[in-house]
Amino acid sequence: MSLWRYANPAEFMRISGPVLPVLWAGAGVCLLVGLGWGLFLTPNDYQQGATVKILFIHVPAALMAINAWLMMLVASLIWFIRRHHVSALAARAAAPVGATMTVIALATGAIWGQPMWGTWWAWDPRLTSFFILFLFYVGYIALWSAIDDPDTAADLTAVLCFVGSVFALLSRYAVLFWSQGLHQGASLSVDRETHVDAAFYYPLVIAIAGFVLLFFALVLTRTRTEIRLRRIRALQAIEARA
Amino acid sequence: MILDLGKYAATVLGAYAVTLGLIALLVVASVRRARRARAELERLESARRTPNG
Repeated sequence: MSLWRYANPAEFMRISGPVLPVLWAGAGVCLLVGLGWGLFLTPNDYQQGATVKILFIHVPAALMAINAWLMMLVASLIWFIRRHHVSALAARAAAPVGATMTVIALATGAIWGQPMWGTWWAWDPRLTSFFILFLFYVGYIALWSAIDDPDTAADLTAVLCFVGSVFALLSRYAVLFWSQGLHQGASLSVDRETHVDAAFYYPLVIAIAGFVLLFFALVLTRTRTEIRLRRIRALQAIEARA
Repeated sequence: MILDLGKYAATVLGAYAVTLGLIALLVVASVRRARRARAELERLESARRTPNG
């Protein structure tokens, strides 16, 4: 059974329909547990006080902001190489979700930074690359809307996505490339033994799971909408010719 | 379960409010758009099935 059969719009609609309620329910439960646990049941940090509780929204949002763009990169590569329309539409569907996650990460970072750093914003490598990533999201969404022909739009936005991927990766690894700015290093890492304290680690992991499930629920919902809108345009074109 | 955020109450609650507000906006907009597209497609397809209806 080939993975590419899901690239067929009818097959994608058939498979994704039953998966969606599970994703929405999982996202709701994980967000409720993760954020509720993080906000109500974790201790204050000895240095940062109660502001440490912003961790449970800031880190998952930042993670999803970067990974949404990387998902768009994979979908754009599939479109470029194999010309599967569903992958182009999935990339388009993911962009507003990633842009929202970027805004959340920037806004919560600014709110957190004000009492801790004494400033809402600094031109720190990670913050700056994140801001540029947000501009790429805006440009990507605008480019899709600006071009009438869907295949041309998919081609041009895919190229923009390839370029923007540099900033998505910079956002992740900026602190390694340049000297450490105001922003601290990663709170979680797969290649590191020490994480944040266990009191914060478990609710953070659950909150991240909630954001990941929410991302997939939103992207699937929006991709299904894009497929329906394309079918609507095709039917309207047939009607207009008749 | 009493939430004691001390002098950072506005900061923490503000961050959560911004986050949950933006997520709610995105979810509502996505679901409403999905419902509209679904209804429009069903209308067009039923019109095609019954061209004289």
